[in-house]
Amino acid sequence: MAEELDRVDVVVVGTGWAGGVVSAELAKAGKNVVALEKGEEKVRSDYIGVKDELRFDNRYDIMQNLKGDTVTSRNEIDETALPIRSPQTMQIGIDTGGASVHWAGATYRYWPYEFEMRSQTIERYGEDKIPEDMNLQDWGITYEEMEPYYEQWEYMAGIGGEQDPLAPERNRPWPNPPMKETPSLRLFKDAATNLGLHPYQLAAGNMTENYENPDGEQLNACMYCSYCTRHGCDFDAKSDPIATVIKTANRHDNFELRHKANVRRVLYDEDENMATGVLYVDENTGLEYEQPADVVVLAAFAFANNRLLMLSGIGEQYDPETREGTLGRNFNGQYNHAFHGATGYFENEKFNLYMGAGALGATLSDYAADNFDHTDLDFLGGGAIELRQYGYAAITSSGNLPEGTPSWGREYKDTSLKYAYRTLTIWYTANAMSYWHNYVDLDPTYTDEYGDPLLRVTYKFGDNERNIGEFGIERCTEIMEEMGADIVEPGTMPEEFNHVYTGGHYTGGVVMGDDPETSVVNSYLQMWDVDNLFVVGGSAFPQHGGHHPTPTIGALAYRAAEGILMYMDEEEGQLVQANRKSNLI
Amino acid sequence: MADQEKKFSRRDFLKTSGVAAGGIVGGAMFGGVVGSLYSSQDDTQTAEPGTETEGETASSDGEPLDDARTYFSRREDFETLAAATERIYPEDDNGPGAIELGAPYFIDRQCNEFWGRNAREYMMGPFDYTASATHGYQAKITRAEMLLNGVRRMRELSLEDHDDEFYNLDEDTQISILEDFESGDVDVPGAAPGDFFNLLRSMTIQGVYADPVYGGNRDYGGWRMIQFPGPRMGWTNEIESEEFQEIEPEGLRTYQGGGM
Ligand SMILES: Cc1cc2nc3c(=O)[nH]c(=O)nc-3n(C[C@H](O)[C@H](O)[C@H](O)COP(=O)(O)OP(=O)(O)OC[C@H]3O[C@@H](n4cnc5c(N)ncnc54)[C@H](O)[C@@H]3O)c2cc1C
Repeated sequence: MAEELDRVDVVVVGTGWAGGVVSAELAKAGKNVVALEKGEEKVRSDYIGVKDELRFDNRYDIMQNLKGDTVTSRNEIDETALPIRSPQTMQIGIDTGGASVHWAGATYRYWPYEFEMRSQTIERYGEDKIPEDMNLQDWGITYEEMEPYYEQWEYMAGIGGEQDPLAPERNRPWPNPPMKETPSLRLFKDAATNLGLHPYQLAAGNMTENYENPDGEQLNACMYCSYCTRHGCDFDAKSDPIATVIKTANRHDNFELRHKANVRRVLYDEDENMATGVLYVDENTGLEYEQPADVVVLAAFAFANNRLLMLSGIGEQYDPETREGTLGRNFNGQYNHAFHGATGYFENEKFNLYMGAGALGATLSDYAADNFDHTDLDFLGGGAIELRQYGYAAITSSGNLPEGTPSWGREYKDTSLKYAYRTLTIWYTANAMSYWHNYVDLDPTYTDEYGDPLLRVTYKFGDNERNIGEFGIERCTEIMEEMGADIVEPGTMPEEFNHVYTGGHYTGGVVMGDDPETSVVNSYLQMWDVDNLFVVGGSAFPQHGGHHPTPTIGALAYRAAEGILMYMDEEEGQLVQANRKSNLI
Repeated sequence: MADQEKKFSRRDFLKTSGVAAGGIVGGAMFGGVVGSLYSSQDDTQTAEPGTETEGETASSDGEPLDDARTYFSRREDFETLAAATERIYPEDDNGPGAIELGAPYFIDRQCNEFWGRNAREYMMGPFDYTASATHGYQAKITRAEMLLNGVRRMRELSLEDHDDEFYNLDEDTQISILEDFESGDVDVPGAAPGDFFNLLRSMTIQGVYADPVYGGNRDYGGWRMIQFPGPRMGWTNEIESEEFQEIEPEGLRTYQGGGM
């Protein structure tokens, strides 16, 4: 029997960038906010003195333990899905700050084209350009409308960067200067410039100077220690929710964060079409609680956002047979079709590749979005081409082997020792589209530790994924050749999605838009028809942009927070007028 | 009473129990399987066991006190495992191989840890490890069990085809047996083709290159070969350098400051 707790104004599920931003903004506005986090409490000192490759890069210490729940996966709608059992192939954020603590910090805005991808594609290339199986949609918001929220997130997070020569001119410069340039980044930039491209320094969530953000939180200049992506920062030098938004929220007595609070349901009043709170289990004691709230915010990452709605019977489940329903529809993400490119092996150069930072890198936008003519191309969209210098420890560096080298034995040892610091890879961060056959629902067989069905992902590549991937490999190969590598190896496009969920760029399923026929939430991430339920995160992306997703998640969280305050203080009800394209009713 | 028991050392035990005379002391029972392997291989490897080990952690034979099996019970299984790791990461002109670096004991310990016990994996059924080649780990058995099953299969094949234990076979024969496991030609109970070998390979490499706190990468031997300096506060002053920086390795113990 669940114990009913005292009512609060807002309950927020999850403490990553999405939940953290909403919590901070509502706490600042004086609302009584309870944030519920499934994982443990983590503080900065949890990440001090633990620079350990095996523990974090090979044992995934910072990722969710899958013992109690995971996701099942299949390619075809008539296949039996299998659970993804090991953190080697399923990495989900957990604990204070979620995946937003172990992110790498690579920062991009999406392009004006990407927010209006359907209408601008039609305008430029005609409707025939859009393949029939693709659910290409506008986001229900424009870049111009997004700009102030991007800026808000970037200043809160202290991003360091320089103006991308091809991007829209920024209203305000990045809050911090770009990161330092290393020989490998210079090599990439020189080669790209020779080819007539426009490289620039990747914008970074790693601090480039000591910085105080607008909420008064202090961040320190990054020291390029290299224990960054998949690790928590030991120095408040990579922006994360622990150093910023959670700290800010915690300064307010009207905010409370409960850890080991595993939310299992949104409580929902069907007659009133209102969320009334959430049900959660205290993972320390096993006891159940009901937390009533005026507003419920799901910010539990794309998987849990979808699953919690489905388990709670909220929204209409998408069915690929009938193509009806919106919840779970347009599930997308950057899987194994993205991040291909070319690898170069250098005989005469040896780089300090054990040094680095998550977002230390160089990039270019010549092949991003619709910055290049697609008339004669067999795909839509684009991506950045990046060279990153994360800083690699010994186990990872021992894997730098030109093709044809055995992976063990005498030749392996000799060759891997030779190339450990003589290998550079560049890749294409390609767009990922949505199709009628890709979606999420509840698995009929596998359950979590409480007996609730797991989320089931049904996903396969469309032609766009294969074609854009090949295009990226060709462009990266040209650049790597110009960089002068002695051996240039073009990447190989996999034939199909391989059920590997390691990049954290999984999105969609609770998508935003202006039409309730094809979206679940409006542009404030407020659920159509359930006025007091907001679903915040990458789950709102109708398709995945050609860049890392997090700044857009952060920007949307600021917009959602603004919407929640409008809803609470001004105009209860829907914040956006629906724009129904079909005349079904 | 308790004090007296403590003083009653292992050496005394050997004397009084009369085992010492049996001649197995320097071999399998206490000398350390790995120690005995040295002598069965290249003579130059007879090594200076434990010359670097600190007083209280070294046993009477000079090997570290924590060089003992806690997962692999049968000596022959462990010797097989050790010989296989050495084939995967052999000693050569670059420096030590997997055995000298402690990889076999690293693996033995990992088997008893959450990784070997699959404590962070989703392990609810139904299971079918044959159902898909692209869904990652689908075995019902744990990693530790998979290693044990695989090692037993290696022994079985060696005895069947070559009339001897794997660890007594010559290098080329050992390699060709391992190749059969790698390609999936040999099956291992409960494991999809190739999975046992991939696991063995990755755990060996991890034993070579993980921080020494885990029992491998002895004396930073792996890091020295690959020129990895280990964790530091940062590299602000070096990050822009044109020259490759060769820096003496330091591990977590140094980084944390020890002191306890
Ligand atoms: C290795 C790696 C590197 C990355 N690098 C980059 C990068 O460089 N640039 C970039 O843009 N993106 C990057 N990403 C992606 C980035 O991490 C995510 O986009 C971002 O963290 C998502 O934020 P979020 O708040 O939506 O989710 P999260 O930060 O994951 O937060 C969700 C929180 O919800 C909690 N939760 C889940 N279910 C429940 C429940 N039932 N009850 C209570 N709490 C729950 C979780 O424990 C978690 O703390 C990376 C991802 C990975 C894996």
